Amino acid sequence: MEHPTTSTLLTWIIFTPSIGLLLIGLLLLTRPLTQLTQATLDHLSRAIGVFFSAVPLVLGGLLWASFDGRATGMQLVHHTVWMRAFNIEYFVGVDGLSVGLVLLTVLVSFVAALASLPWGIARDDHHHFSRRAVPGYMAMLLLLETGMLGVFCALDFFLFYVFWEVMLLPMYFLIGIWGGPRREYAAIKFFLYTLVGSVLMLLAMIALYFASDPGALGQAAFTLADGSTGKHTFNLLNLAELGRQGAFGAAGPILGVAFPRIVFVALFIAFAIKIPMVPFHTWLPDAHVEAPTPVSVILAGILLKMGIYGILRVNYPILPQATLWAREAIAVFGAVNMVYAAFVCLAQKDLKKLIAYSSVSHMGFCLLGMAALTPQGINGAVLQMINHGIISPALFLIAGVIYDRAHHREIERFGGLARRMPEYTALVGLSFMASLGLPGLNGFISEALTFLGAFPVFTVLTIVSAVSVVITAAYYLWTIQRMFLGPLNEKYASLSDLNWRERLTLYPLGALMLLLGVLPMPVISLMDPTLRALIEPLARSAGL
Amino acid sequence: MTEFRLLWLIPLLPLLGAFLSGAFGYRLQRRFGERAVAVVSVGLPWLAFGAAAWALLRLLSQGDVHALGARLWTWIAVGGLKVELALHMDRLSGMMAVMITLVGSLIHVYSIGYMKKDEGFWRFFAFLNLFLFAMLTLVLAGNLLLLFVGWEGVGLCSYLLIGFWYRDLKNARAGMKAFVVNRIGDFGFLAGMLVLFWGLGGSWSEAGYRPGEFFSLDFAELPRLLSGAAQRTLWGVPVPTLAGVLFFVGACGKSAQIPLYVWLPDAMAGPTPVSALIHAATMVTAGVYLVARLNFLYLASPTAMTVVAVVGAATALFAATIGCVQNDIKKVLAYSTISQLGYMFVGVGVGAYWAGAYHLLTHAFFKACLFLGAGSVILAMHHEQDMQKMGGLGRVMPFTRWTYWYACVAITGLPLASGFFSKDEILWQAYNTAGLGVPGWFLWLLLFLGAGLTSFYMWRSYFLTFTGQTVKIHGEEPEEQRPVITGVLAVLAVGAGVLMFVGLPEAWLGAPPAFEQYLEPVFKHGGLARVYPAGQGHGVELLLMLASVAVAAIGLGLAWWFYRGRSSAVPERLRAAFPRLHRLVQDKYYVDETYDAAVVQPTLELSRAASWFDSRIIDGLVNLSGGVTRLLAFLDGAIDKYLVDGLVNGLARLVRAAGAAARRWQTGRLPNYLAGLALGTIVLFALVRLLQAALGW
Amino acid sequence: MTSVGLHHFVLLSAVLFSLGIACAIARRNAVAILVGIELMLNAAALNLAAFSRFGALRAEGQLFVLFVIVLAAAEAVVGLALILAIHRRLRSVDVHRADSLKG
Repeated sequence: MEHPTTSTLLTWIIFTPSIGLLLIGLLLLTRPLTQLTQATLDHLSRAIGVFFSAVPLVLGGLLWASFDGRATGMQLVHHTVWMRAFNIEYFVGVDGLSVGLVLLTVLVSFVAALASLPWGIARDDHHHFSRRAVPGYMAMLLLLETGMLGVFCALDFFLFYVFWEVMLLPMYFLIGIWGGPRREYAAIKFFLYTLVGSVLMLLAMIALYFASDPGALGQAAFTLADGSTGKHTFNLLNLAELGRQGAFGAAGPILGVAFPRIVFVALFIAFAIKIPMVPFHTWLPDAHVEAPTPVSVILAGILLKMGIYGILRVNYPILPQATLWAREAIAVFGAVNMVYAAFVCLAQKDLKKLIAYSSVSHMGFCLLGMAALTPQGINGAVLQMINHGIISPALFLIAGVIYDRAHHREIERFGGLARRMPEYTALVGLSFMASLGLPGLNGFISEALTFLGAFPVFTVLTIVSAVSVVITAAYYLWTIQRMFLGPLNEKYASLSDLNWRERLTLYPLGALMLLLGVLPMPVISLMDPTLRALIEPLARSAGL
Repeated sequence: MTEFRLLWLIPLLPLLGAFLSGAFGYRLQRRFGERAVAVVSVGLPWLAFGAAAWALLRLLSQGDVHALGARLWTWIAVGGLKVELALHMDRLSGMMAVMITLVGSLIHVYSIGYMKKDEGFWRFFAFLNLFLFAMLTLVLAGNLLLLFVGWEGVGLCSYLLIGFWYRDLKNARAGMKAFVVNRIGDFGFLAGMLVLFWGLGGSWSEAGYRPGEFFSLDFAELPRLLSGAAQRTLWGVPVPTLAGVLFFVGACGKSAQIPLYVWLPDAMAGPTPVSALIHAATMVTAGVYLVARLNFLYLASPTAMTVVAVVGAATALFAATIGCVQNDIKKVLAYSTISQLGYMFVGVGVGAYWAGAYHLLTHAFFKACLFLGAGSVILAMHHEQDMQKMGGLGRVMPFTRWTYWYACVAITGLPLASGFFSKDEILWQAYNTAGLGVPGWFLWLLLFLGAGLTSFYMWRSYFLTFTGQTVKIHGEEPEEQRPVITGVLAVLAVGAGVLMFVGLPEAWLGAPPAFEQYLEPVFKHGGLARVYPAGQGHGVELLLMLASVAVAAIGLGLAWWFYRGRSSAVPERLRAAFPRLHRLVQDKYYVDETYDAAVVQPTLELSRAASWFDSRIIDGLVNLSGGVTRLLAFLDGAIDKYLVDGLVNGLARLVRAAGAAARRWQTGRLPNYLAGLALGTIVLFALVRLLQAALGW
Repeated sequence: MTSVGLHHFVLLSAVLFSLGIACAIARRNAVAILVGIELMLNAAALNLAAFSRFGALRAEGQLFVLFVIVLAAAEAVVGLALILAIHRRLRSVDVHRADSLKG
């Protein structure tokens, strides 16, 4: 297959954080020789962590500049054979669907690295996560970034799977070692939950591999990157091409269920766990509550997007018939996510748990929007991923700010903080407003597009989902009222306002909320052609 | 449409003010005092007023031009949806923009005096400027989506300003109530927008949705699209009706109509200038503006018009009854605002858009004047708002008294002030309506009764506050306020008077009122400015006018009799005669309590149930499956330990036993070993011999 | 009367060896065991000398006898030293008491 641009840029972006990881490893290994003190080692690790997550950010700027938003195919492709015996390739590239998420990942990872520095309030707190086992922490953070970037760039299913698992491991350690009091429970829950999904994905992947035989359609065998040929393939683009021609519909049923449907369901559950979709969502509140702030930032900002991304990258193009079969169910699940999680939010007492559930609610928009198969719906869904990827990190940073100071997050126990922390209050207000979809801020654009896109297809369901808009306003405002308004709780009269580390992380996100609220087109135009090409065949067969 | 890019100045100047005072106001106020903040954040709204007036003059000077437009960039363009960041000024939005910037700037000036020595001075002005920005975006927006930005923006500012003195939790709660109730309305707005966008661009059928050629949310395009879409249905309801009713739900939220009016009385918790600007003059009229802006939609649906008119009339009367027994001066004004908004909705609901807009305009002036007058009184009374504790202030506060008096004349519909003309126009147009779901006289009757009550409770507030024995606060008589406050009152009162000249009725002049002519291009669609006239003559109009003057006079008379000089015992006797009724009305018919029991508590209950379900059932299932897995693992471990390991250990035990048996041979005694050695040798020899013998070696 | 022949010597040697082994096995006194061992060694030496006289072994047989005598002396030295060591430790030369090798 010919691609408009080939480049090693993506490979650099993916593996730059790994270089930092190796450097930290090297520092640790040579410690007997270098005789570094623990403090020096920590500082060096931090510097490496920040630097090697800043470099991908810069490279991400380059990526944006070199990406052609008008094209629909893969760009900046890097393609070589990896394991010939199974036709597995190292194949990375971006299209309109993934480029935004790659940019989001480098941004959020950098913010998370900054948020891991023990400035300000954490300086005197020796139990703070940013002061415990720093080299290991930074190494895990960098490994995580490589895994996430790899998932968004991989175009070979096997490679995708490998990155998917690579990402899992550091997350487990980050929650399990640097987390809160119930960190082990949360980490294991997260790990097992995701692993269940991974198993399903693995099975579905292998099923697709063995069902992929162009010979059955009377076509020539697949060509690998070096020109050799293979009978089966993990190449997502080839699989999609086969799916378009209906190759998987002909494959034999499994357990009496049509092949595409059972594979679709297996993949869908694997991805739904990551979204997370009700009823597979209960790992999220626990993981968020226990995870240290920067890990929550990454978890909410990026990891949750992989579910939706996976469905759009794998299920939609490869199994179009099954997608049409399942779309109404997806929409219903989306609506349930939105409304149900919003109600659950209203009853939360822990700020971080509330934000975690609000993420569940907001990811429901993506499900609803992408099930509609309208241009507005799909754009809304993907834009919602990006917007939520900007807003929810800010929300978790906000929760971290108060936790660092008060050492608890119970909404009811605060009160009148606006008087002591005006700057903080303003940023909380901005982030909450963006999250509840106030027009003029970025959350509104994607919510409006989603509703707009879903309405002609799922009229009643859209109206029902829109109820969540009211509930969302209620729980956010109620939170503001209980935490910031009213008489000042004298216990917290000595809390200090934001410090520079917090400003450095919150203000850029806040600025993006404003900017993307009035100027969303640069992002939309990056992805619109790709997304339309993605849903166009589906919509045509659905008769939309 | 003519391009006029400077339109953007109108909303952006206040936004700049909001940014400057928001970002630097705190430090400015610290270093240079309140004056520095005031210069920035009061100056910029005046500049915006200049820009708005300039733009309106430009629009009017180009007689054949329907509207001015200004486009910044494409906001959202996906598929059939293309939304520009575009402003649009026709005569209606021009009128609104000028009114908002003028009244807004005046109230900014007033606020300098009112908010003096408040540590949140800068914050107040930042919010107030932000509000102007949002409100101007609302009225000048060229499409529905941008209008929605302003729509929710004003809601946000209202929230921020109601809860401005946030340290009192009551204020914060009122702000939240306003936002959430508005959000319910916004839900209607959003749904209406969805129905309108897709309903006009395509159609639903049994087989699903069929998109058409062209979609739009632009006000300039929508009427054209609607003309071909009036017959389409969704859920069996015609699209214009459905969209109209849904938009009206939004309007109900913003403009405090039944059933969503409950937030407005609570919103009086905000500083009084806020009540004047947001909750009387501008924001709450946004719903009326929306219906007027979407006039083409409502004209296509008599059902939707009926809903608007009936809800408006019912609200007008309902709120007026509550207003009669309130004792908090701001609460009286709040219910009066709700009631007056009901009049406006009847105006736009019966298709007399210009009358609704005219009342909106006059109301902005006299109600702002009333609120600011009340604010002046409240300042003089050291933030006492209970009218029972006031009295005789007219003697010490002449400016405030006479402006309040004149505004009362205006609102009660007595001649010689603009309110008379605008209100009577609505009454007349309501009476002169046919073709809606309710007869015109019925609407008129509700409004007519409302007018009598309005006159009563407004004059009641006047007499209670300004007549009688002058009260003393801390042993001193209250004093008149500074010119920065009284000056604004005077300007607003003059405005409330001057505006009558643009609305002199046709029955007097023989020509349509100047204001109707001014707005004609906006509401003229296919030559139909007024759609459902019953065709009553001018004689009837004059008769109705006399009737409403009479009912206003009766209201005034009763108020005079009951409350003038605060000496009459009649109110007390009436209260004693109808204690139940009085309580019912004074407690606002228990609507808040009903909502709390019927909506708020069930919602919270539901949320707790959902949370319980989540952590007990769903997570319980997860933990249960974890537990089951652990149980299986335990069983597996037991099998391993006792069965598999049993075999292995058994073998080991066997070897061990064998070893124990064998060790007996090792006595450690030398002779035994030697004996063994000898015996072994003998045995070996014997063996060798035997073998030799056997094998024949 | 037949002259003394090889089988006399072999017979004597066998008797001596048997006596020696019986002594070594049966006696509990370490010195007696040593004596038994001496007997066995000398039985072997007698054999060697006899075969040197009557058999094919000529000088080598006598050479080995000398070796055996030297060896026996050395063995007696080492053996007595061991016995002394055991005696010093156990205050006895009863080999049944020296059973630390017991399994």
